[in-house]
Amino acid sequence: MSLPFILIASVTLLAAAAAMSLRNLVHCALALTVTFAGLAALYLNLDAQFAGFAQILVYVGAVAILIVFAILLTRSGDTPNQAILAPGWIYGIAISALVFTALGWAVLNSSALPKPAAPAPEATVKNIGEWLMSKYVLPLEVIGLLLTAAMIGAVIIALREMKTKMEGDRP
Amino acid sequence: MSPLQGCLLVSALLFAIGFAGAVSRRHAILALVGIELMLNAANLNFIAFWRYGAHPEALTGVMVVIFSIAIAAAEAAVGLALIIAIYRQYKTSNLDEVKDLKG
Repeated sequence: MSLPFILIASVTLLAAAAAMSLRNLVHCALALTVTFAGLAALYLNLDAQFAGFAQILVYVGAVAILIVFAILLTRSGDTPNQAILAPGWIYGIAISALVFTALGWAVLNSSALPKPAAPAPEATVKNIGEWLMSKYVLPLEVIGLLLTAAMIGAVIIALREMKTKMEGDRP
Repeated sequence: MSPLQGCLLVSALLFAIGFAGAVSRRHAILALVGIELMLNAANLNFIAFWRYGAHPEALTGVMVVIFSIAIAAAEAAVGLALIIAIYRQYKTSNLDEVKDLKG
Protein backbone atom coordinates (compact mmCIF):
# COMPACT_ATOMS: atom_id res chain seq x y z
CA MET A 1 0.00 0.00 0.00
CA SER A 2 1.86 3.04 -1.26
CA LEU A 3 0.79 6.66 -1.18
CA PRO A 4 0.13 6.93 -4.96
CA PHE A 5 -2.09 3.87 -4.81
CA ILE A 6 -4.14 5.32 -1.94
CA LEU A 7 -4.51 8.68 -3.68
CA ILE A 8 -5.57 7.18 -7.04
CA ALA A 9 -7.92 4.70 -5.38
CA SER A 10 -9.65 7.37 -3.30
CA VAL A 11 -10.11 9.67 -6.32
CA THR A 12 -11.51 6.74 -8.33
CA LEU A 13 -13.92 5.65 -5.61
CA LEU A 14 -15.11 9.22 -4.90
CA ALA A 15 -15.74 9.79 -8.62
CA ALA A 16 -17.61 6.47 -8.85
CA ALA A 17 -19.82 7.43 -5.90
CA ALA A 18 -20.46 10.81 -7.51
CA ALA A 19 -21.30 9.18 -10.85
CA MET A 20 -23.92 7.04 -9.14
CA SER A 21 -25.45 9.71 -6.89
CA LEU A 22 -25.51 13.07 -8.69
CA ARG A 23 -28.88 14.36 -9.95
CA ASN A 24 -27.81 15.81 -13.29
CA LEU A 25 -26.92 13.11 -15.81
CA VAL A 26 -24.26 15.22 -17.54
CA HIS A 27 -22.45 15.61 -14.23
CA CYS A 28 -22.76 11.83 -13.78
CA ALA A 29 -21.08 11.29 -17.16
CA LEU A 30 -18.24 13.64 -16.24
CA ALA A 31 -17.68 11.87 -12.91
CA LEU A 32 -17.75 8.55 -14.75
CA THR A 33 -14.96 9.77 -17.04
CA VAL A 34 -12.88 10.62 -13.97
CA THR A 35 -13.54 7.10 -12.65
CA PHE A 36 -12.35 5.51 -15.89
CA ALA A 37 -9.22 7.68 -15.95
CA GLY A 38 -8.50 6.76 -12.32
CA LEU A 39 -8.84 3.08 -13.16
CA ALA A 40 -6.40 3.54 -16.03
CA ALA A 41 -3.97 5.14 -13.57
CA LEU A 42 -4.45 2.15 -11.25
CA TYR A 43 -3.57 -0.21 -14.10
CA LEU A 44 -0.45 1.82 -14.86
CA ASN A 45 0.40 1.74 -11.15
CA LEU A 46 0.14 -2.08 -11.30
CA ASP A 47 2.62 -2.29 -14.25
CA ALA A 48 -0.05 -3.14 -16.82
CA GLN A 49 0.80 -0.43 -19.31
CA PHE A 50 -1.06 -1.85 -22.29
CA ALA A 51 -4.26 -2.42 -20.34
CA GLY A 52 -4.03 1.11 -18.92
CA PHE A 53 -3.73 2.74 -22.31
CA ALA A 54 -6.44 0.50 -23.77
CA GLN A 55 -8.65 1.61 -20.87
CA ILE A 56 -7.99 5.28 -21.71
CA LEU A 57 -8.62 4.75 -25.43
CA VAL A 58 -11.76 2.64 -25.10
CA TYR A 59 -13.43 3.95 -21.96
CA VAL A 60 -12.39 7.60 -21.68
CA GLY A 61 -12.34 7.99 -25.46
CA ALA A 62 -15.29 5.96 -26.69
CA VAL A 63 -17.66 4.76 -23.97
CA ALA A 64 -17.86 8.14 -22.19
CA ILE A 65 -18.59 9.91 -25.49
CA LEU A 66 -21.21 7.27 -26.29
CA ILE A 67 -22.91 7.85 -22.94
CA VAL A 68 -22.91 11.62 -23.48
CA PHE A 69 -24.49 11.08 -26.91
CA ALA A 70 -27.16 8.83 -25.39
CA ILE A 71 -27.90 11.48 -22.73
CA LEU A 72 -28.31 14.13 -25.39
CA LEU A 73 -30.37 11.94 -27.75
CA THR A 74 -32.80 10.98 -24.98
CA ARG A 75 -33.07 14.64 -23.90
CA SER A 76 -32.23 13.83 -20.29
CA GLY A 77 -29.53 16.46 -19.82
CA ASP A 78 -31.67 18.62 -17.53
CA THR A 79 -31.78 18.16 -13.80
CA PRO A 80 -34.88 16.03 -13.08
CA ASN A 81 -37.57 17.38 -10.78
CA GLN A 82 -39.04 14.10 -9.63
CA ALA A 83 -37.32 11.47 -7.51
CA ILE A 84 -34.16 9.99 -8.99
CA LEU A 85 -34.25 6.79 -6.96
CA ALA A 86 -36.40 3.83 -7.85
CA PRO A 87 -38.98 2.61 -5.32
CA GLY A 88 -37.38 0.02 -3.09
CA TRP A 89 -33.96 1.64 -3.40
CA ILE A 90 -33.28 0.98 0.26
CA TYR A 91 -33.16 -2.76 -0.47
CA GLY A 92 -30.69 -2.17 -3.30
CA ILE A 93 -28.38 -0.16 -1.05
CA ALA A 94 -28.69 -2.76 1.71
CA ILE A 95 -27.88 -5.64 -0.64
CA SER A 96 -24.86 -3.82 -2.07
CA ALA A 97 -23.60 -3.06 1.46
CA LEU A 98 -24.05 -6.75 2.25
CA VAL A 99 -22.11 -7.72 -0.88
CA PHE A 100 -19.27 -5.37 0.05
CA THR A 101 -19.17 -6.68 3.61
CA ALA A 102 -18.99 -10.28 2.42
CA LEU A 103 -16.32 -9.53 -0.19
CA GLY A 104 -14.25 -7.44 2.22
CA TRP A 105 -14.45 -10.08 4.94
CA ALA A 106 -13.38 -12.75 2.49
CA VAL A 107 -10.48 -10.65 1.18
CA LEU A 108 -9.19 -9.73 4.62
CA ASN A 109 -9.44 -13.22 6.10
CA SER A 110 -8.56 -15.43 3.17
CA SER A 111 -5.54 -17.67 3.45
CA ALA A 112 -5.62 -18.60 -0.25
CA LEU A 113 -4.23 -15.28 -1.50
CA PRO A 114 -0.77 -15.62 -3.03
CA LYS A 115 2.13 -14.21 -1.05
CA PRO A 116 3.50 -11.02 -2.61
CA ALA A 117 7.08 -11.81 -3.48
CA ALA A 118 7.34 -11.76 -7.25
CA PRO A 119 9.22 -8.94 -8.98
CA ALA A 120 7.45 -6.70 -11.45
CA PRO A 121 6.54 -8.88 -14.44
CA GLU A 122 7.38 -8.01 -18.01
CA ALA A 123 4.31 -7.06 -20.02
CA THR A 124 5.68 -5.26 -23.01
CA VAL A 125 3.57 -4.56 -26.06
CA LYS A 126 5.83 -6.93 -28.00
CA ASN A 127 5.06 -9.79 -25.61
CA ILE A 128 1.35 -9.08 -25.75
CA GLY A 129 1.39 -8.94 -29.53
CA GLU A 130 3.19 -12.25 -29.76
CA TRP A 131 0.70 -13.90 -27.41
CA LEU A 132 -2.22 -12.40 -29.34
CA MET A 133 -0.88 -13.82 -32.59
CA SER A 134 -0.03 -17.26 -31.24
CA LYS A 135 -1.93 -18.63 -28.26
CA TYR A 136 -4.84 -16.19 -28.20
CA VAL A 137 -5.45 -15.92 -31.94
CA LEU A 138 -8.83 -17.66 -31.82
CA PRO A 139 -10.24 -15.34 -29.08
CA LEU A 140 -8.89 -12.40 -31.08
CA GLU A 141 -10.84 -13.50 -34.16
CA VAL A 142 -13.96 -14.11 -32.09
CA ILE A 143 -13.67 -10.61 -30.59
CA GLY A 144 -13.40 -9.15 -34.09
CA LEU A 145 -16.56 -10.99 -35.12
CA LEU A 146 -18.34 -9.88 -31.93
CA LEU A 147 -17.43 -6.23 -32.47
CA THR A 148 -18.69 -6.38 -36.07
CA ALA A 149 -21.95 -8.00 -34.96
CA ALA A 150 -22.38 -5.46 -32.16
CA MET A 151 -21.81 -2.56 -34.54
CA ILE A 152 -24.36 -3.85 -37.06
CA GLY A 153 -26.79 -4.69 -34.26
CA ALA A 154 -26.51 -1.25 -32.66
CA VAL A 155 -27.19 0.45 -36.00
CA ILE A 156 -30.19 -1.80 -36.71
CA ILE A 157 -31.69 -1.35 -33.24
CA ALA A 158 -31.34 2.42 -33.37
CA LEU A 159 -32.82 2.54 -36.89
CA ARG A 160 -35.89 0.48 -36.06
CA GLU A 161 -38.44 3.29 -36.07
CA MET A 162 -37.54 4.39 -39.57
CA LYS A 163 -37.99 0.85 -40.85
CA THR A 164 -41.46 0.39 -39.35
CA LYS A 165 -42.52 3.78 -40.68
CA MET A 166 -41.46 2.76 -44.17
CA GLU A 167 -43.41 -0.49 -43.86
CA GLY A 168 -46.44 1.46 -42.66
CA ASP A 169 -46.27 3.78 -45.64
CA ARG A 170 -46.22 0.97 -48.16
CA PRO A 171 -49.92 -0.02 -48.47
CA MET B 1 -2.62 -5.22 4.59
CA SER B 2 -0.80 -6.36 1.49
CA PRO B 3 -1.03 -4.48 -1.86
CA LEU B 4 -3.09 -7.30 -3.32
CA GLN B 5 -5.65 -6.98 -0.53
CA GLY B 6 -5.77 -3.21 -1.06
CA CYS B 7 -6.54 -3.70 -4.75
CA LEU B 8 -9.18 -6.30 -3.99
CA LEU B 9 -10.86 -4.03 -1.42
CA VAL B 10 -10.93 -1.11 -3.87
CA SER B 11 -12.41 -3.41 -6.49
CA ALA B 12 -15.03 -4.75 -4.05
CA LEU B 13 -16.06 -1.20 -3.11
CA LEU B 14 -16.26 -0.21 -6.78
CA PHE B 15 -18.42 -3.26 -7.46
CA ALA B 16 -20.73 -2.39 -4.55
CA ILE B 17 -21.07 1.23 -5.74
CA GLY B 18 -21.87 0.08 -9.28
CA PHE B 19 -24.38 -2.48 -8.04
CA ALA B 20 -26.12 0.03 -5.78
CA GLY B 21 -26.41 2.50 -8.64
CA ALA B 22 -27.59 -0.11 -11.14
CA VAL B 23 -30.45 -1.32 -8.94
CA SER B 24 -31.52 1.90 -7.25
CA ARG B 25 -31.46 4.63 -9.91
CA ARG B 26 -34.49 5.23 -12.12
CA HIS B 27 -32.72 6.31 -15.26
CA ALA B 28 -31.86 3.62 -17.82
CA ILE B 29 -28.50 5.17 -18.76
CA LEU B 30 -27.40 5.13 -15.13
CA ALA B 31 -28.27 1.45 -14.82
CA LEU B 32 -25.94 0.82 -17.77
CA VAL B 33 -23.26 3.00 -16.14
CA GLY B 34 -23.53 0.90 -12.99
CA ILE B 35 -23.00 -2.26 -15.03
CA GLU B 36 -19.92 -0.68 -16.61
CA LEU B 37 -18.54 0.08 -13.15
CA MET B 38 -19.06 -3.54 -12.09
CA LEU B 39 -17.22 -4.75 -15.22
CA ASN B 40 -14.36 -2.39 -14.43
CA ALA B 41 -14.16 -3.72 -10.89
CA ALA B 42 -13.77 -7.24 -12.31
CA ASN B 43 -11.02 -5.98 -14.64
CA LEU B 44 -9.16 -4.45 -11.71
CA ASN B 45 -9.31 -7.84 -9.96
CA PHE B 46 -7.80 -9.57 -12.99
CA ILE B 47 -4.95 -7.05 -13.17
CA ALA B 48 -4.27 -7.29 -9.43
CA PHE B 49 -4.17 -11.09 -9.45
CA TRP B 50 -1.93 -11.06 -12.53
CA ARG B 51 0.47 -8.58 -10.90
CA TYR B 52 0.74 -10.24 -7.50
CA GLY B 53 -0.12 -13.85 -8.30
CA ALA B 54 1.96 -16.76 -9.44
CA HIS B 55 3.29 -16.97 -13.03
CA PRO B 56 2.98 -13.32 -14.07
CA GLU B 57 5.05 -14.08 -17.16
CA ALA B 58 2.07 -15.90 -18.73
CA LEU B 59 0.21 -12.55 -19.13
CA THR B 60 -3.15 -14.26 -18.59
CA GLY B 61 -4.70 -11.42 -16.59
CA VAL B 62 -3.72 -8.75 -19.10
CA MET B 63 -5.13 -10.83 -21.96
CA VAL B 64 -8.44 -11.35 -20.17
CA VAL B 65 -8.66 -7.62 -19.42
CA ILE B 66 -8.02 -6.69 -23.07
CA PHE B 67 -10.78 -9.03 -24.28
CA SER B 68 -13.07 -7.87 -21.49
CA ILE B 69 -12.59 -4.22 -22.48
CA ALA B 70 -13.54 -5.10 -26.07
CA ILE B 71 -16.66 -6.96 -24.92
CA ALA B 72 -17.61 -4.06 -22.64
CA ALA B 73 -17.36 -1.66 -25.56
CA ALA B 74 -19.69 -3.85 -27.63
CA GLU B 75 -22.08 -4.11 -24.69
CA ALA B 76 -22.14 -0.34 -24.19
CA ALA B 77 -22.87 0.27 -27.89
CA VAL B 78 -25.76 -2.19 -28.02
CA GLY B 79 -27.13 -1.10 -24.63
CA LEU B 80 -27.18 2.57 -25.52
CA ALA B 81 -28.78 1.80 -28.89
CA LEU B 82 -31.49 -0.11 -26.99
CA ILE B 83 -32.00 2.85 -24.65
CA ILE B 84 -32.39 5.19 -27.63
CA ALA B 85 -34.89 2.80 -29.25
CA ILE B 86 -36.85 2.56 -25.97
CA TYR B 87 -36.85 6.35 -25.71
CA ARG B 88 -38.32 6.64 -29.20
CA GLN B 89 -41.03 4.12 -28.39
CA TYR B 90 -42.07 5.33 -24.94
CA LYS B 91 -40.80 8.95 -24.91
CA THR B 92 -39.18 8.27 -21.56
CA SER B 93 -36.00 6.70 -20.28
CA ASN B 94 -37.34 6.08 -16.80
CA LEU B 95 -37.12 2.36 -16.16
CA ASP B 96 -40.28 2.28 -14.01
CA GLU B 97 -42.47 3.58 -16.81
CA VAL B 98 -41.33 0.98 -19.34
CA LYS B 99 -43.71 -1.83 -18.45
CA ASP B 100 -45.25 -3.13 -21.67
CA LEU B 101 -43.61 -5.78 -23.76
CA LYS B 102 -45.48 -4.64 -26.86
CA GLY B 103 -45.79 -0.90 -27.21
